[in-house]
Amino acid sequence: MKESRFGSWLAIVLGASYFLIPLIGTFEFSLRMKRGEYSFEAYRVVFSDPNFQASFLFSTVMAVVTVVLGILLVVPTAYWVQLRLPKLRPLVEFVTLLPLVIPAIVIVFGYLRLYNSSSFLPLTNSSFGTNVLLACGYATLALPYMYRSVESGMRSIDVRTLTEAAESLGAGWPTILFRIILPNIRSALLSGAFLTFAIVIGEFTFASLLNRPAFGPYLQLVGANRAYEPAALAIIAFFVTWACMGLIQIVGRARGDSARR
Amino acid sequence: MIGVTPFFLFAILFLLLPTGILIVGAFQDSQTGAFTLANFGDLLQPSILSAFRISIYVSATSALGGALLGFALAYAAVLGKLPGWIRPTLTTFSGVASQFAGVPLAFAFISTLGRLGLVTLLLRDLLGFNLYATGFNLLTFWGLTLTYLYFQIPLMVLVVTPALDGLRKEWREAAQILGASPLQYWRWVAGPILWPSVMGATLLLFANAFGAIATAYALTGSSLNIITILLYAQIRGDVLHNANLGFAIAVGMIAITAASNLLYIWLRARSERWLK
Repeated sequence: MKESRFGSWLAIVLGASYFLIPLIGTFEFSLRMKRGEYSFEAYRVVFSDPNFQASFLFSTVMAVVTVVLGILLVVPTAYWVQLRLPKLRPLVEFVTLLPLVIPAIVIVFGYLRLYNSSSFLPLTNSSFGTNVLLACGYATLALPYMYRSVESGMRSIDVRTLTEAAESLGAGWPTILFRIILPNIRSALLSGAFLTFAIVIGEFTFASLLNRPAFGPYLQLVGANRAYEPAALAIIAFFVTWACMGLIQIVGRARGDSARR
Repeated sequence: MIGVTPFFLFAILFLLLPTGILIVGAFQDSQTGAFTLANFGDLLQPSILSAFRISIYVSATSALGGALLGFALAYAAVLGKLPGWIRPTLTTFSGVASQFAGVPLAFAFISTLGRLGLVTLLLRDLLGFNLYATGFNLLTFWGLTLTYLYFQIPLMVLVVTPALDGLRKEWREAAQILGASPLQYWRWVAGPILWPSVMGATLLLFANAFGAIATAYALTGSSLNIITILLYAQIRGDVLHNANLGFAIAVGMIAITAASNLLYIWLRARSERWLK
């Protein structure tokens, strides 16, 4: 039995080294900007770059818009499927899984054909229109994650009883949806939201091909032209992802507690 | 019905129509718009075929490697009799690492295994071992595969852990009581139960790597000829001088990921019979 535990430890130690060494390497590299000493110079340069601030802000706003759009699309759908239209469940599930099958670059290629300046809906004509298109694209990319998380949240509460109780007290469907159902699946919504945020914030393909000044294309540009700043940016990006995942763990734990109560 | 209308309208506008227009375009002549199969014939030219081939190799290698190593890690954490804190730590970290793809991941590997990377320098200064003299280069097939493994392994851990959880302790005990050796247990009990989920997860990893572009683009620029980078260049500047050939490439990519996913769905349906 000792032997099998040795094998497990070996796997964990090797796995941990594979994951930690690139992080350590990146961090060490990011400190090397000043010759002969370790400093946070690369971080200072990155944070004071107006393009960093602008692109990070742009992507943050896009991420928030995407989260709101995703919630507005997914919550009513999951609710109606659960309550009234269970027959549609396989179809809805199939559609929400499609973005995992169709590569993102193919989807955005289609957008450029469908919504170009000579099309029936020339969204790419103005920067506002392109931003709308980008948000819709991000909502599409996030659909599999958002839907799964909301759906599992709704399965864990008694949607039917809640709806009937609210109806008998005279509530209309917007009240039921936004004041009864939404607060009850708050933690599922939040984990979907943070995952969406993590996906959108560094996304490259959509933003680059739609020519939007987002964080992903900015990262790529810095990577092609600078030496030490990219390492600092990678560490920053890792911490943003880490923060999102940490928040998912926290809200997930909160959900576990309330279920036990 | 009205409640699900916005969802389907959205899916049609931003998922089905954009894909549909590419599929139709792939069957059309770019000059006349007449229906033709010529675009698919043009896919057979060497540069496009080789891009498809390298993409498939990178995806398959990183999927197989990720599946193997991810399975070993998940197995160690779930059934390896390790201290209790290992498993939640691994799961949390896998959640982060599986999302840590794209441009920042490329930077991380350049800082580690690039010509001036930490590991490259340490090997040179401490062991006198010149990594780049061995022919290794981060900007090649193996470099890209090694980089992809960084998100493939954690994804495998996340996908395969529930399957390992479904492996009941009683089954192993029953097999032992009946006199089975560990090898027999794996051959006749655990293997047949696990293989559909392991195979399915491997296919998911394949599709995951096949559609990826940002990591490869940030790592190698356009020097590595993989299909996503070729399509990116085509969208950017019509490098193939035939718009509809681009559509055919897109359709070819969909066909490959769809086949891989259909197989995945079928295998998952099979594995779920056992894991309820």
